[in-house]
Amino acid sequence: MKELLLGNQAVARGAWQAGVSVVASYPGTPSTEITEAIALFPEVRAQWATNEKVSLEVAFGASLAGARSMVCMKHVGLNVAADPLFTASYTGVNGGLVVVVADDPGMHSSQNEQDSRDYARAAHLPMLEPSDSQECLDFTRYAFALSEAYDTPVLLRLTTRVAHSQSLVEVGEREMPPLKEYKKDVAKNVMMPAMAKGRHVALEARMERLSRDVNEGGCFTIQDGSEELGIVTSGIAYQYVMEAVPDAKVMKLGMVYPLPLEAIRNFAAQVKRLVVVEELEPFIQNQLLAAGIPCEGKELWSIQGEYTARGIAKALGREVAEGMAPQEGLPGRPPVMCPGCPHRGTFYVLHKMGLTVLGDIGCYTLGAAAPLSSIDACLCMGASIGMAMGMEKARGRDYSRKTISVIGDSTFLHSGMTGLVDAVYNGGHITVGILDNSITGMTGHQENPASGKDIYGNPAPAVSLEEVCASLGVQDIHVVDPFDLKAAEKEVRAALDYDGVSVVIFRRPCALLKEVLRNPKPPVVITDACVKCGMCMRIGCPAITRDADGMHIDATLCTGCGLCVGLCPSKAIAEGGKA
Amino acid sequence: MKNTRILITGVGGQGTLLTSRILGRVAQMRGMDVKLSEVHGMSQRGGSVVTYVTLGEKVYSPLIEPGQADFMLTFEQLEALRYAHMVAPGGHIIVNTQRISPMPVVTGAAAYPEGILETLAAKPVHIHPVDALAMAMEAGNPKTVNTAMIGALARWMQSDKELFLEAVRTCVPEKTRAVNEKAFLIGWEHP
Ligand SMILES: Cc1ncc(C[n+]2csc(CCOP(=O)(O)OP(=O)(O)O)c2C)c(N)n1
Repeated sequence: MKELLLGNQAVARGAWQAGVSVVASYPGTPSTEITEAIALFPEVRAQWATNEKVSLEVAFGASLAGARSMVCMKHVGLNVAADPLFTASYTGVNGGLVVVVADDPGMHSSQNEQDSRDYARAAHLPMLEPSDSQECLDFTRYAFALSEAYDTPVLLRLTTRVAHSQSLVEVGEREMPPLKEYKKDVAKNVMMPAMAKGRHVALEARMERLSRDVNEGGCFTIQDGSEELGIVTSGIAYQYVMEAVPDAKVMKLGMVYPLPLEAIRNFAAQVKRLVVVEELEPFIQNQLLAAGIPCEGKELWSIQGEYTARGIAKALGREVAEGMAPQEGLPGRPPVMCPGCPHRGTFYVLHKMGLTVLGDIGCYTLGAAAPLSSIDACLCMGASIGMAMGMEKARGRDYSRKTISVIGDSTFLHSGMTGLVDAVYNGGHITVGILDNSITGMTGHQENPASGKDIYGNPAPAVSLEEVCASLGVQDIHVVDPFDLKAAEKEVRAALDYDGVSVVIFRRPCALLKEVLRNPKPPVVITDACVKCGMCMRIGCPAITRDADGMHIDATLCTGCGLCVGLCPSKAIAEGGKA
Repeated sequence: MKNTRILITGVGGQGTLLTSRILGRVAQMRGMDVKLSEVHGMSQRGGSVVTYVTLGEKVYSPLIEPGQADFMLTFEQLEALRYAHMVAPGGHIIVNTQRISPMPVVTGAAAYPEGILETLAAKPVHIHPVDALAMAMEAGNPKTVNTAMIGALARWMQSDKELFLEAVRTCVPEKTRAVNEKAFLIGWEHP
């Protein structure tokens, strides 16, 4: 029987079948499950690395050593890993090296909608793009073979709907290519100008060869149809096309860079109208136009968001059925901090103190939402610290007394440490709050260097955040429980007043950690002393609601964390209700 | 034969992913093609979540578009109303009567709509309200809400009970097998 697998699980299976032995990644939706699935195969050495750049460097080292290796990340992670990527293109590989990047059209869980295909062209690297889970498995295997045959890292691009859709997959067994011999090769692997010049020649020759070879087939398929309409497409858009215009002639590209331009030219000659269907940038379309192949594309649909079969059909002039109109005026249901979330205490305090809060990326970004409404800016991982420095430079020391950065433990280790050194070195007067919940929360609970466990859940050396900060030159370090609201406010005040760089570590484990869930506390209850003042509503806890009768606590949601208990001026919330 | 499209909606954390996995298993056991599309990440934190399940001879798009769903399984009333337009005329909505206030309601910025079941009943679809939490409690574990809902769905799909039961058995952890089977059967009996 075929297996029903997520695209991400199928990539992991394909890599395993191809004999991958080292995988290093940093989590990021929608790519995270690939590495989680790889870690279930005992033959593979998997790790969560501190960030995407390190991940790629580890995978590169493994490839250099002769092993097949892989690295997985979300689209914005490739920005972080871009530096080693561009030069790994020059050195090429020893063991096959596959770089998986998952884009997020529609921004289900991301801060931007960048199109990673542009990296393939910019770094001169081949890129494959599967359209379902079976292709995820097949293309991953093929990517390793391609990597070794052409001496190049290979990019595998997914999008959310491929990564997070399940479909049926024919799985196979593991083939184990032997570890390749490692030979010192300075001209190939030491990228100083003299050697890099030689490698640039080799790189262009390889891309030229590949650009020719792809026309011979194997990396695209053609489905016959009417000559009235020819479609060139790839990835998830192919699936929409097959529903939207089943009568069309369809060329599906498995490799989106370099393009099989001659094969596309032949295809174009067989149809009266040629249309490129691709989400996000006109990546394929522009290359066709530059090659003198007339085609339509982005004139018909947007460079923003996801496509649908119906949207494609409509833009191509087909009649489509319309459903009922959606119900208007309904209250939205945005994501929220969980009941018991430690970040709630932190943001209650920061909001109360009226601070300008420079945010970062993680569950705590939800501190921007009402009623905590705390965060003023959020850019990319690690940016909160540099932003605070810039604000101080622009507006002066007095302003920075009312400003704080907030950054999660995983994010701090990912790319916050460099910003902190910068602030120390450049004489900043900033305050940095590290929200240490002992886990990488937002992406679904991955271990990190401060959590004391590795990807397998085995004990690992736990990096001490306070020692890291001290060794980076920070002299004013506070550690506080964010649920001790009075102490938290006091420590933040002291840190803001300190002349120099201060760090406040808000420490309390995530409410969803197994260790926390294992010791559940009974829910809290509202007593007759309640005067319906609404104070408890200010923390935005989903377990506390209000109606005409007053406040209610939903016993199925309440974790008994007790944050609201200390907040109630009438002492009308009691601990120890019935679960 | 036309593909069957099932939409599962609810609030992040309500266990919609297990539900889609069970439906996927049913399709597999019947030798059908199937695609499931889920949303992981951000919206799992108490946000509105949608899962798409399509089964049939050959499935291309993993998505379901407005007016295409044959069945909608909804874990929360407001979410039933939010996605009702996704259901095809004459389709079925199996709605758990549980209400969970979203943050704008919690903060008082919006009110939870009244009379949702009546509003739904006025639409050209079949509405089947179920008190899945009570069914789950009757089965012996409040966490079996989703299996009770699947029991009701299986009945309205006029499916093979044994096939569904087998799919439930293979998708839930061994320890909770008995209680899940019981919840499924209660849902099946009271669709
Ligand atoms: C460069 C980059 N890599 C990965 C991500 C995905 N991502 C978003 S938040 C996050 C982890 C946040 O963990 P932490 O800082 O510990 O905060 P928590 O969610 O636990 O509160 C990750 C990996 C991203 N947005 N950008």
